[in-house]
Amino acid sequence: MNLLIQGGRVIDPSQGIDEVLDMLVENGIVKELGKGLKAPAGAETIDASGLIVTPGLIDMHVHLRDPGLEYKEDIITGTKAAAAGGFTSVACMPNTKPVNDNKAVTSYIIAKAKAEGAVNVFPVGSITQGSRGELLSEMGELKESGCVAVSDDGHPVTNSELMRRALEYAKGMGIMVISHAEDLSLVGTGVMNEGYVSTELGLKGIPWAAEDAATARDVYLAEFTDSPIHIAHVSTKGSLRIIRNAKARGVKVTCETAPHYFSLTDDAVRGYDTNAKMNPPLRTADDVTAVKEALKDGTIDAIATDHAPHHIDEKDVEFNEALNGIVGLETSLTLSLKLVEEGVLTLPVLVEKMAYNPAKILGIDRGTLKPGSVADITVIDPNATWTVDADKLASKSKNSPFLGWEMKGAAALTIVGGKVVYRRG
Amino acid sequence: MGFKHKDIIALKDLSKDEIELLISTAENMREINSRDIKKVPTLRGKTIINLFYESSTRTRTSFEIAGKRLSADTVNITASTSSATKGETLLDTAKNLEAMKPDIVVMRHAVSGSHYFLSKRLSCSIINAGDGAHEHPSQGLLDMLTMKDRYGRLDGLKVAIVGDITHSRVARSDIAGLTKMGSHVFLAGPPTMMPPGVERLGNVTVCTTMKEAIQDADVVMMLRIQQERQGKTLIPNTREYSRYYGLNPENLKWAKPGAMVMHPGPINRGVELSSYVADGASSHVLKQVENGVAVRMAMLYHVSGGTLVTE
Repeated sequence: MNLLIQGGRVIDPSQGIDEVLDMLVENGIVKELGKGLKAPAGAETIDASGLIVTPGLIDMHVHLRDPGLEYKEDIITGTKAAAAGGFTSVACMPNTKPVNDNKAVTSYIIAKAKAEGAVNVFPVGSITQGSRGELLSEMGELKESGCVAVSDDGHPVTNSELMRRALEYAKGMGIMVISHAEDLSLVGTGVMNEGYVSTELGLKGIPWAAEDAATARDVYLAEFTDSPIHIAHVSTKGSLRIIRNAKARGVKVTCETAPHYFSLTDDAVRGYDTNAKMNPPLRTADDVTAVKEALKDGTIDAIATDHAPHHIDEKDVEFNEALNGIVGLETSLTLSLKLVEEGVLTLPVLVEKMAYNPAKILGIDRGTLKPGSVADITVIDPNATWTVDADKLASKSKNSPFLGWEMKGAAALTIVGGKVVYRRG
Repeated sequence: MGFKHKDIIALKDLSKDEIELLISTAENMREINSRDIKKVPTLRGKTIINLFYESSTRTRTSFEIAGKRLSADTVNITASTSSATKGETLLDTAKNLEAMKPDIVVMRHAVSGSHYFLSKRLSCSIINAGDGAHEHPSQGLLDMLTMKDRYGRLDGLKVAIVGDITHSRVARSDIAGLTKMGSHVFLAGPPTMMPPGVERLGNVTVCTTMKEAIQDADVVMMLRIQQERQGKTLIPNTREYSRYYGLNPENLKWAKPGAMVMHPGPINRGVELSSYVADGASSHVLKQVENGVAVRMAMLYHVSGGTLVTE
């Protein structure tokens, strides 16, 4: 199936393009960008006037829960949610059952995604065997079988010496380490950000220092070992300051934040809403401001959702008992477009953070519309209005703090390898 | 004026008028408790379930007696004998209990906010007998009633609360209630036990020393230290704690002459409160317990749709 995407505003940071152009897709490859292109015989013409055409968006941090936790999500529903959210690629974290610490699990994920998934799935292997923080995983074989990074996401590597060795060893294998930066002893039994709201609600707080201290450790270890490191889901002002300073002195550190960290504060926990419970926790207005500044000044490289589906039985419980995490694939783009509306980011910079940079960080051949590249394309309708409705989410789980929110902006069309996998109804 | 709420979960959710109504009803209820036959038919035919997920002697007994004095049928369930140990969720337990048509569920639960969680899902009345570190409204009300008995007012009182504020639901209910009623609350305790932003909860001053807090206080409220629950990292030991944050006849002299000493119980004698003070003339600890029954009668009465008793 060949496509002619006509008259859209094409934004491609990899080529410095931001103008109204036509795009021709042939045999799953971007063939040509230009004005007045003619559709070859048999090609579908897509009228993209008033729409934005970008390299397929990439969410470098999701939990697909497959294998083992399919009651929350699986590769089919998770990739459907991704497609509906405008994502053509996702990187899935290894905290499945069993943990993705070996070739067998990686191969299973890749095979199932290829056969039944709507979008590209790039597995992330674990840093340590079973993510238990004791012994290094077989990072060489993980990489060879298709993992794009390693992470013990969900658990920090608490042993600093082991983290040092992980960074060194991963460097030798040419695979990047993604750090879940959290000092567990400071977190203790905390269930939300420590601050005025936790005081008022009588809930045990998690201090920002728990994230900052761990971010500092991992940044210093990356500097010491001269290894690249990516810090996942950054939520605090302090962590961003640490990363900003490290970047300035040449440390190979990149980082991501999630839409909820620039869209919500710990105020959302009032009423004990378990859909506002995640890790790291929602922080204060000060942190939200810092996250936006860091998006603007480039300290934050990527926006990733930390899409964490949980069954209703795991959320419809007392606050302390509820599991951490929210679904995010289907609300990420619209919440991020708000940043453009607020003047925090320009559209091309937003596309950098949602497509170009994630591809670069993970070292995958996506995030570009250069002729000859795989035709992963997202067509965005910036003016579409819609309401987040649990019944309409493609994800198997509905644990979103944004249910009922009126949104502006949505994916109109998600194209993976030249094939339309999602079309907004 | 009637009471509009189905539930009583937190004093911070009640208006000054509603708190006043509960206190004045409790004052009237006290008369029943002093009779020879301590029973009125007010809640005859009503069923009250006391569902306690945490151990309690005082509060549970007090709620049970309160219900019985109003002629309600009361049933007590404690977590050790309930299906909680069989892995049933709180929601399932509550729905099953509701199927038996109780009018009021009085619950104590270790997780803050559990009562709001149930309130949205059940139609019977819910009274909070303590949730995590959030609130303990009946304690807050009985504390205020006890203070009012002594001073005839709450407005303008200087109330010192000393101890582990972070983990104290009593402190939160006292702060919410007292500051609404016009008292000024002074907090003291080790910084490891002082929650961030607590001064924003009302007319609250956080003090660096115990002396600062209890200086010229009308009321000194001492909180129980529970090292087993509150974590072992907060203080070196109870010996040093009692030296800097315990109330004894010596430092009690800093307070106003004749100041009240209160404690929600159970007391750790010799830790936060010396026995000389606990058993001394300024102690109102047992008066608090006595008032507890009247306050809980008032709470049960008002969530059942009662209007002010005028005799």
